[in-house]
Amino acid sequence: MAKTHVKMKVNGAEVEGLVEPRTLLIHFLRENLNLTGAHIGCETSHCGACTVDIDGMSVKSCTMFAVQAEGADITTIEGVANADGTLSALQEGFRQMHGLQCGFCTPGMILRAHRLLQENPNPSEAEIRLGISGNLCRCTGYQNIVKAIQYAAAKINGTEFTEAAQ
Amino acid sequence: MIPGAFDYHKPKTLAAAVKLLTQLGDEAHPLAGGQSLIPMMKLRFASPEHLVDVGGIEGLRGVTREKDRLVIGAMTTQHDLLASGDVAGALPLLQEAALVIADPQVRYRGTIGGNVANGDPGNDMPALMLTLGAGYRLQGPGGKREVEAAKFYKGAYDTALKAGEILTAVSIPVPPIGHGHAYEKLKRKVGDYATAAAAVVLTMKAGKVASCSIGLTNLADTPLLATKAAKIITGSSLDEATLKKAVDAARAIMSPAADGRGTVDYRVHVGGIMVARALKRAASVAG
Repeated sequence: MAKTHVKMKVNGAEVEGLVEPRTLLIHFLRENLNLTGAHIGCETSHCGACTVDIDGMSVKSCTMFAVQAEGADITTIEGVANADGTLSALQEGFRQMHGLQCGFCTPGMILRAHRLLQENPNPSEAEIRLGISGNLCRCTGYQNIVKAIQYAAAKINGTEFTEAAQ
Repeated sequence: MIPGAFDYHKPKTLAAAVKLLTQLGDEAHPLAGGQSLIPMMKLRFASPEHLVDVGGIEGLRGVTREKDRLVIGAMTTQHDLLASGDVAGALPLLQEAALVIADPQVRYRGTIGGNVANGDPGNDMPALMLTLGAGYRLQGPGGKREVEAAKFYKGAYDTALKAGEILTAVSIPVPPIGHGHAYEKLKRKVGDYATAAAAVVLTMKAGKVASCSIGLTNLADTPLLATKAAKIITGSSLDEATLKKAVDAARAIMSPAADGRGTVDYRVHVGGIMVARALKRAASVAG
């Protein structure tokens, strides 16, 4: 099968590779670039575990061909920590608020929450729940994921985070 | 899941895309946002030998006002619709519907053109286009033409698109200021297609329905216009007796498939409920 040359920016670095047109972006990221943070969950565009940020959009990388990402600027979970290696506000929020248990959905959750907070820096609880409605978590029941995103929003906005009364 | 092998083409102009699709024939398929096609290819329900990516063609994305119509380019995404001030002002019904299509990630990629053109009876936008009286702008080897949405759908995945033709835009007459609108969609979960859904656009005058249009999603192998039901409701004050008659008339044209979403009887039953709810809510927001 003839292969196509692709070039894109991933986590700030220019990368390139040879792919079949049918190669899904998630496979290019995981197998060609060894970036295994974005996970393959359902493979049917439902679970959101493969979510990455592409040119300012949250995208399910199992539902896009690598050739479609030619020239794109992509961020995966490997690229979200602060430049000095410390955790980003969202990563810290997930840790502090116990926003993960098995951790499988977490990279997709964090990338989706990242774009949500870029578009809406101070979302309500309902907006957060709507915003992550394309990401499934089978462990947490979402409560602590919502708190983790609220924690991150507060940290980024420089406001105080208070957990809602139970 | 790996899709079947195909050759990838990314033309820069509409003319080049039409030429490619015409030359390659049945083995070629246009690729817009890919949010329906790629899952279908992974499941091997579709295995085109050629994909013609129309994402690189300038001028297919965006919302423009042309006199009394809103023209939406085929590559405009559901996310774009939700972010558009023009859509919010003139066609809030589209935003209401876009918000119940798929999920946030899919809405960043999924396009209005793909949604209306692929002929999936589960798609939400086609019934809205029928309800709004929209037209589809097509470009093919024989030039440009416009087809009414109401005449576009022939069957499941069977549309008026001819070989080599691409849908380039939808053109929607802007409803009058103060019109009432609602899209009621019953679905099992976020991201699901409708078990049954109904769109309503109406105008009210002195407490009575002055004009009314009702569209139905996923209740037959094509989107439907419930014209008889709309006629019954027009002139009424949406009293319970008239509402029941209209719902019965709408149910009479429904012929959904039995599937994981329910039996035929169930889907017709809830289809009627969606019609009643959409009518009531549309009337309540009409100015």
